[in-house]
Order: sequence, then structure tokens, then C-alpha cells
Amino acid sequence: MLLALAGVALAAAMVLPLAYLLVTVADSAEAAIDTVGNSRTLELIARSAGLALAATTAAVALGMPLAWLTARTDLPGRRVWAVAAALPLVIPSYIGAYAYLSALGPAGLLRDALEQPFGVERLPDITGFFGAWLVLTLFTYPLIFLPVRSALRGLDPQLEEASLGLGHSPWRTFRSVVLPQLIPAIGAGAVLVALYVLHDFGAVSIMRFDSFTREIFTLYRASFDRTGAAALALILVALMLVLLWLESRARGGFVLHRSAPGTKRPARRIPLGRWRVPALLFCGLVCGFSLVLPAGVLVYWSLQSFAGSTDWGGTIEAGLSSLLVSGLAALAAAACAIPLAVLSVRYPGSISRMTERFSYTGYALPGIVVALALVFFATRAAPATYQTLGLLVFAFLVLFLPLAIGSARAGLQQVSPRVEEAARSLGRSPLQVMRTITAPLMASGVFAGAALVFLTAIKELPATLILAPIGFETLATEIWNATNVGFFERGAVPSLVLLAISAPSLYLLIGRE
Amino acid sequence: MRILRLAAFALLALVALALGACGGDDGDDGTITVYSGREEELVAPLFERFEEETATELEVRYGDTAELAATLIEEGENSPADVFFSQDAGALGALENEELLAELDDETPERIAEPYRSQDGRWVGTSGRARVVAYNSEKLSESDLPDSILDFNDPKWKGRIGWAPTNGSFQAFVTAMRLTEGEEATEEWLRGIAANDPVVFDDNEAIRDAIASGEIDVGFINHYYVAQAIEEEGKDYPVRVYHPRGGDVGSLINVAGAGIVAAGDNTEGAAEFIEFLLADSSQRYFSEETKEYPLVEGIPADPAVVPLERIEQPPLELGELDDLEGTLELLQRSGAL
Repeated sequence: MLLALAGVALAAAMVLPLAYLLVTVADSAEAAIDTVGNSRTLELIARSAGLALAATTAAVALGMPLAWLTARTDLPGRRVWAVAAALPLVIPSYIGAYAYLSALGPAGLLRDALEQPFGVERLPDITGFFGAWLVLTLFTYPLIFLPVRSALRGLDPQLEEASLGLGHSPWRTFRSVVLPQLIPAIGAGAVLVALYVLHDFGAVSIMRFDSFTREIFTLYRASFDRTGAAALALILVALMLVLLWLESRARGGFVLHRSAPGTKRPARRIPLGRWRVPALLFCGLVCGFSLVLPAGVLVYWSLQSFAGSTDWGGTIEAGLSSLLVSGLAALAAAACAIPLAVLSVRYPGSISRMTERFSYTGYALPGIVVALALVFFATRAAPATYQTLGLLVFAFLVLFLPLAIGSARAGLQQVSPRVEEAARSLGRSPLQVMRTITAPLMASGVFAGAALVFLTAIKELPATLILAPIGFETLATEIWNATNVGFFERGAVPSLVLLAISAPSLYLLIGRE
Repeated sequence: MRILRLAAFALLALVALALGACGGDDGDDGTITVYSGREEELVAPLFERFEEETATELEVRYGDTAELAATLIEEGENSPADVFFSQDAGALGALENEELLAELDDETPERIAEPYRSQDGRWVGTSGRARVVAYNSEKLSESDLPDSILDFNDPKWKGRIGWAPTNGSFQAFVTAMRLTEGEEATEEWLRGIAANDPVVFDDNEAIRDAIASGEIDVGFINHYYVAQAIEEEGKDYPVRVYHPRGGDVGSLINVAGAGIVAAGDNTEGAAEFIEFLLADSSQRYFSEETKEYPLVEGIPADPAVVPLERIEQPPLELGELDDLEGTLELLQRSGAL
């Protein structure tokens, strides 16, 4: 009961942006209908949906093998690979896109390198669908990688051993025993990638791909048209509900926890044997394109911009601020994800389903929409909190909670309810059970979720610009300050610091094995 | 779990520190809250000088001009802001339409020539930028260029033009063209340019650099990008600017400007701040740092740029440049976007 109340209260906070959109649209319904009825709207939805589908498919194709290699095999240096594979998530998509453009673009660094020896004058244009797809795939696949990896680590090896013992080939075992157990994690990750692609503005604007979100931004930036923007944002919410419905269908009703008594033991690592080199090559390639290439461009830029002086004091202070708010957001998200996941897994029903689905609202929307929604409510209902650190953390919670819920849920599905029931029968209160039994057992999933929130929040920009206390500068706002003047080069140093401070925090979250 | 607890503890300590650092500056102690759509790097030194000279503390929120305007609209009567310092006139016009700007002192607007301020006296331009045709001075001279920007859809310019249809300044220029020349003529012009296979760029700097390298011959940009490059690279820099002679929209002057937020609780301070932006020294600062045009009468422009008086300007109210939606539709319809 308490749980249901907590869940509903959380969901209510999460749908604030939705309430704001409805209020804004209701203000002048005709103008809203006008915008939505525009013939371009349908075309933009189709373009964005196509991009989301392509990027999600590719992200699964990258994230899943990486997760399996780092979690279940004897891949050399697997912990380092795991951290490296998750890191691309901290690269803001507009920085990543710009790095790609300046490396591989028609007049980029690669062309300069090829010009002398081979007389290459112009490389093929990577802007448009291909560029947006490439960049979004490379910087979102960790959303699949992290939850799948934590799910793999939580699997009970006995089922696989039984399958192998019955004479099934390793491939068939993977397909019919392991894969079905990974579906919840893959599904949760895929939804996150798809929604990320739908709400992203940075990559599509730099790659000049005309998407739905770009139109929303244009309405705000160019015409101060709140109603039109809100109407389009509502379509994003509708798309989100469709996606979540599809995901819940795919998730199905598998039992994922062990049903036999006893506890599971850690899985045996699979020796890669002669596959070791190809596996390393694969990891190297993915990290090369998603981490080394953009980081290399950033290093190149920062060397160039060193002619101007870097304000190290300011950058370090901004780094601490970034750690502070994204750390708080990760903690808060982990704390809120546990009850929501418990509600959705242990007490399935229409209330818990709606609660969970609507909590994705903030994540499905562009940051500026959520930020303006909170401006609207905070200035009216809670002026004392407006532009305080607390409100900023709350904004991050509204924006990024779904990142934590998916993995927390996947983690919980591997915990047998029998254990909890046993604890209850021995006299523990529900709250005690949750604290002492459920939470620790689903920890792997919760940690993965917190890592996702941390990595995503640390680069958040639109809400930070509007909602942070005045004078509170994060690395993301530093990058923005620098790039705003038109010099992407000057954003390089804070971007590298962003990578540098995220890596150890990530090691803490991932490296505990 | 232990790591979580440790992390939680460390974070709580940091929060306490942050709160300690932020504490003590609430309440109405005469500080002025500025929402600045102009970039920190440019205006921060100016703001510091204001704080020193007046012993008043400024609290500045930097952001994208349009996003700050949207924020001010959502905040409405509850806005903590006293001043809005905007990158362009369109955002100020939008706030004026929402009745969020307070009237300025009678004398303040009058120091600025008519076209560069609001008709209702609710915002003033603080510095100006001219739309120009930049050209490669090794290949072309001014006499090769047509009187009107409208004539660049002549086929003889095929493959020689650079433009940036996604750029805000360019879009403001197209909005101005819609107002002065009408929708049809603007669409025809856009289609004509598009038919000339222009090279598409992201921003003004890229166009300028491509003209310098000879990739293209002419481009539509703002005047100060070229003035800045000439100052850095020297007189041999092969790009010059041309203000079309015809007095049409091709020589549009747009402004950055400021207005008092009506909801703010320090209107007096806000007025003082805007006065400061119009002071001779501030006007010279804009001129020297950015090569923008000073707008207060009597302050000369940088010697490297064509004086404002010599530029024939289109008849236009800058605050009306807030309907970019129609412009975007037009850009899309004509295949420019």
C-alpha cells in the first residue's frame, strides 16, 4: 500500500511536464491543431521513427556482444573494456557529432591527411541520415550494454549447464536459454536508445538531419511558438507510449529467477580460445570509433586551443559541480527506481503499469521542454525552490529516472519472490524486507541504472542553463560557453575533463566484481 | 552497498559546502539579475566594470537568447530577472508582445537612432550588425557586384555563392525580406539562389573562410566577421564586405539590445544597467571587441567598417522580426532547408 502510494506520488512528479504541455496546448487549442495538422508533421514523425529504428538496431548489435564478452568470457582486460564501452555515453551528442564532422567531413582532418599522398580533394558528405545514425548509434549503445551486462551477470548458470548437458550446442543454448532471459534488459535498453534518438537535438542539428525534435526546437528558438512546440511534444509522448507498449509485449511473462532452492553460484567464464583475437578486435573497433576517435579529435583541438589560456581553476570548480549534481541525481534516481521497479515486477496491474509508463515522460521529451515545464510550475507553486540546486536535481530526476528503472527492474526479475516471502514469514516488515533483502539482491541492476543516470546527467545542458542557481557552472555549461562563441575547439578541454572524471566514477560502479 | 554509503556521505558533504557557498545572497539587497543571451566571454568584462563602478552586484544567467526569452515568458509575473540582454531584436519584440517589458525612461531610448529601438520605448539596441555580401577581393571588385541582393539569382553566380540557411542571422534577414519585399518575391529569390547551386555552410565564419580560400566567390554574412579577420590576418586578407547600394533589405542592420523585465523587483537598478550599456565607454567596448556598430549618436564606428550613415537602410521595424516560423516554412518550401 505504502509502496503504491510512493509509486503514484513519484509518477505524479514525473508527469509534471505532461501537465504543462496539456495546459499550454489547451491555452490555444486551435493553433495547436494547426501545427499538428501540418502535412510536414507526419513526414517528420516518419523520418524520426526511421532514425530511431535504425540506431536502436545498430546499438543492440554493438551493445549485446560487448556485454557478453565483458561479463561472461575470459576476454583479456575485460574490466577496462567494460568501462571503456560505457564511457561514450558522457560525450554530449553535439560534441560527438562535431568531432565526427571535423574528422570525417568533406573538409575534415581525414581529408587533409589524404590530400597530400593521394590527391583526395573532397570526401563523401556524411551529414544527413547516415551521419545522424552513425553518431547516435556510437554514443547510445552503452544504454544497451550496461543493462544487458548486469543482466548477464545475474543469470543463473545452472540453466545453461542443463541445456549443454542435454546435448544442445552452445549457440542453441544461447538462443533458447540465455537470450530469452536477456529480453527484459535488451527491451529496456532499446526503449532508452529509441527515446534518446527521438528527443536528441545535438546530433541531428549538427548532422543537418531534419527530425521531429529539430522542428520543436525551431518553434521555440525561431518563433517563440510555445503552443506549437507543446503540441509537437505531445506527439513525442504518444510515440513513447506506443514504444513502451511494444516493449511490454516483447518482454512477455517469463519467469527469470531460479525456482529451485539454494543460491546460484557465479557463472563459469567461457574461454574464448581462438576467438580471442577477433573478440579483441571487435572491442577495439567499437571503442576506437566511439571513444578514441572523438577523444582524439578533442585532444587535437585542445592542443590547438592551448595558444589561448585555459582557465583551469574554473574548469576544476565546474568539474566538482558536475560531479555533485549528477552524483546526487544518480543517488536519487537509484532510490526512486527501487520502489517503482518493485511495484512493476511484484505487483503487476494497471496502476503499476501506468505508473511505470508515465515515468518515462521526461526522458521522451527534449530537455528544453522539461526545463520550461519546471519553470512554469516552480515559479507558480514553489517560488522558494526556483533556480536552486534541489530543483536542478529534481529536474534531472524527471529527465533521467527511466534510465534507472529499466535496469533496476531487469535486476529485480532475477530475484525470486520466495526469498522475500521467507523473510516476511520470519517477521520482517515489508520495508525491512525491501531494505535488507530485495535492494541488495537487485543491486547489480540498480548500480547499472545509477551509472546510466550519472553519465547522462553529467552532460545535461538545457535544464542546467535555465534551472541551475545563478553562477553555478558545470562542465556542460563550460563547454556550451566555449562553443557558443563559435569555437568548438575551446570546448575540447572541458569535454576531456568530463571524460576524465567520469571514468573513475564509472570504474567504481562497474569495476566491483 | 558500502560504496553507495560512502558516495552518499561525500555528496552530502559537498551539498553542505555548496549551500554554504550560495548562502547569504538572497533577499533584495540591491543586486540586479540579468538574463544574458550574449555570450559570457564578450560581456563578462563589461559587467565586471559595472559592478566596480556602481558597487552593485550583478547576478547573471547566461543562455541561448531564444531559450531565455521562452523562460521569461514561462516565468511571467514571477520572474526573478530584472534585465534581459538579448542577442537580437526579435526576442525583445516577442517579450514586448507578451507585455513582459517595462517602459524605459523617456530619455534613454532617445539617445538611440529611431530604427534601432522599440517604437513603444520598451527596449533599446545596444550595438548593431550589418548584413553584407562578403566577396573575394582577389577575384572581384565592388563594381562587379549588383546593386541589389535580389540580383544574385542571376545564373552568372552559379556555383559561386555560399550561404547558411540554418543560421539565425540569415533567417532574420529572410524575415526582413518577407516584410519589405513580400512573400512571393522572397520565395522567388530563395528559389533563384537555390537554383544557383550555393555551397551550404553552418555558420558565418565557415562562409568567410571558404571565400578566403577561394572555394566560393561571395557569401551572405554579418559585417564584423570580416572586420575581425582583417584585424587578425592583416590587410592582405582577401575578403572584403559590400553593402548593397540599392537601400533594400540586403543592407539590413540588426541589433543586440536590452529591456527591463517588468516583473523584476529592481527596476531602478535595471534602468541604471541599461544606461551603462549605452555609456560611451561601453559603446566603444562593443565597437573595439566585436567590430559591431555603436548605436549611441556621436560615437564613431571602428575605422575598419563602413560608417552606419553611409549604409542605405531598408524601412523596417526590427521588433517585427519575431515571426521566423513563416520564414522557416518558406525556406523549406523553396528547398533552401
